[in-house]
Amino acid sequence: MSFSGPTNYRRESAKAIRDKPEVRDSVTAATRTFDAHRVHAWGQIDADRWRDWARDVKTHVLTHLDQYLEQAERQLTSNGTRVHWAESADDALTILGEIVREDGVESAVKAKSMLSEELGVNRHLEGLGVHVRETDLGEYIIQLLDEPPSHIVGPAIHRSVDDCRKLFHERLGTPLDADPDELADAARDALRAEFLAADLGISGGNFLAADSGTIALIENEGNIRLSTSLPRVHVAFVGIEKLVPRLEDVSAFLQLTSRAATGQPIGNFVSLIQGPRRSDEVDGPEEVHVVLVDNGRTRLLADEAAWEALRCVRCGACLNICPVYRQTGGHPYGWTYSGPIGAIIAPGMLGLEEALPLPHASSLCGACVDVCPVRIPIPELLVHWREKAVEQGLTPKVETVGLKAYTKMAQRPGLFSAAGAVLRHVPLGLGGRALPVLGGWMQERSAPKSSPKSFLQMWKEGIE
Amino acid sequence: MVRLLRHLGIDVEVPEGQTCCGQPAYNSGQPEEAQSMAEHTLKVFADAEYVVLPSGSCAGMMRCFYPGLVGSDLRVASLVERTYELSQFLRTVLEVDSLGSGLQGRRVAYHHGCHALRELGVKDEPVALLAGCGAEVVPWEADEECCGFGGLFSAKLPEASAAMADRKIDTLPDVDFVTSADGGCLLQLTGRAQKRGTGTAFVHLASALWRGVAE
Repeated sequence: MSFSGPTNYRRESAKAIRDKPEVRDSVTAATRTFDAHRVHAWGQIDADRWRDWARDVKTHVLTHLDQYLEQAERQLTSNGTRVHWAESADDALTILGEIVREDGVESAVKAKSMLSEELGVNRHLEGLGVHVRETDLGEYIIQLLDEPPSHIVGPAIHRSVDDCRKLFHERLGTPLDADPDELADAARDALRAEFLAADLGISGGNFLAADSGTIALIENEGNIRLSTSLPRVHVAFVGIEKLVPRLEDVSAFLQLTSRAATGQPIGNFVSLIQGPRRSDEVDGPEEVHVVLVDNGRTRLLADEAAWEALRCVRCGACLNICPVYRQTGGHPYGWTYSGPIGAIIAPGMLGLEEALPLPHASSLCGACVDVCPVRIPIPELLVHWREKAVEQGLTPKVETVGLKAYTKMAQRPGLFSAAGAVLRHVPLGLGGRALPVLGGWMQERSAPKSSPKSFLQMWKEGIE
Repeated sequence: MVRLLRHLGIDVEVPEGQTCCGQPAYNSGQPEEAQSMAEHTLKVFADAEYVVLPSGSCAGMMRCFYPGLVGSDLRVASLVERTYELSQFLRTVLEVDSLGSGLQGRRVAYHHGCHALRELGVKDEPVALLAGCGAEVVPWEADEECCGFGGLFSAKLPEASAAMADRKIDTLPDVDFVTSADGGCLLQLTGRAQKRGTGTAFVHLASALWRGVAE
């Protein structure tokens, strides 16, 4: 199963709410826990200063991206890493295909990587006849279920422990009442064999330090360490926005990201990769490839406001706090990145027409901006895309013309209150469903009972 | 609100020219329309010493977004400085601690409207005022979560919007009534609770505080 595209957001979110109430329960419980941990972890540091610093460093990189990319390429190359440039998902997959062919790859293990989800790596590898196995526990679960990720950090967040008990019972033979530790043990046993057999390890990259060509990866399960060190070939897909200037910046970024994502001071494992195995080393891959991927990122960077969204470190904190995301999880958003961050990068990366429902998938409550570790002004950028949609004529006429008429009235107070007086006597309970804007409102709610007199009428008559 | 402010010795004027702050247009991506409404609002309230709103959302629009829309000239700076959400005005300008004891023995849940809370930073003010009238403000795990109104959001994505209201309603503690400083949120929550037949009472903060004085 893959994503159906953002254009179906309303239909898919309505369906999820109606047909899968258990998803809402799982997602609400898990995101509330994540967020509570974040609050605790931020309380231990001067989070405001860390966030200012992280914002400034990322902004600096994005405004000097060409220089840092060239520096990173030089450093990676001098470490013995092979650097590839991919403008599109197709380019990235073609590069991967060539590596597979040249190295005779038959089986691959994958570390968790949202970029690989964005590119469609698994499907492509399967098409090439390569056996591919996700090794992050959450990713492993959704691979067995043939589902896309529902959350940036917790891809199986929409699934309950009971779902996993049933799945593992069918696929791995664990008892139906297995506790979570038994389930994890069963996955570990199954994956161990896959790690040992794989020719290729695929990862993303949380950060890429330009000064030293270091790929930094953070995780909790040790599967990234194994995926990037056991197989003879390692391919890392890295978005061009993942650069930081110096290796010493990585330390703070890893901690801030962990604290924002899961509330940990730092993930259980940090891998800093600087090229293939050297002659004096006992392990590590023979070949390391870094594929630097654009796939819509420079288009987003070119937008005068939305480029700030490229600071994102993919911690998922904005999903965790988002009251809209919590009702459905990530699937209705229709592509890899869901929640508030997905809604502001989709229009830049996919094109506004295709992504348009997503900037409206927010009540503009503003909770996300308070939790973003790199201070992306998410609500402002949601409004920014809505504005662009109006400019480009992509917004329904009933809405734009309606608001124009409303504005005209609002500048003529007499007309404004006359219209109010008329509306006050429309029986919304009967006719409301037929009105273009109120139809949706009336479907889920009871009609408000209008006061017989407007406030201004009461004011004129005298308030005692 | 008029009664409450008069009770506190304030000379209340309601300029008849007032209409809408422009937030619906602004949030829909139509800044020019929002700007005309902002200009209109600037004129209407030019002479008022303070502008007090029974709506955190409109107050947030005026205080936080008018400078960006209209420019930061003196008229705007002055309006921003004079504009207050009701509870903010009562606490910070009038320095009210207690209005009376009319809410003695009442259990109340307070819904923090998003814009009052996050744009204006109004959090303790309404709670302190309710408690000052004798009410017990009962802890509510979802008190700072969005109700799902969001203006046009509630009409464009009614299912998600209603699910958000349900989360608020489903987590409500046992209270005599729910109150909030925002009419939009109350419209949303009341409409949804009525549709579900939960029988919950929703009261605007101004009315709740007036009960605090009068009962």
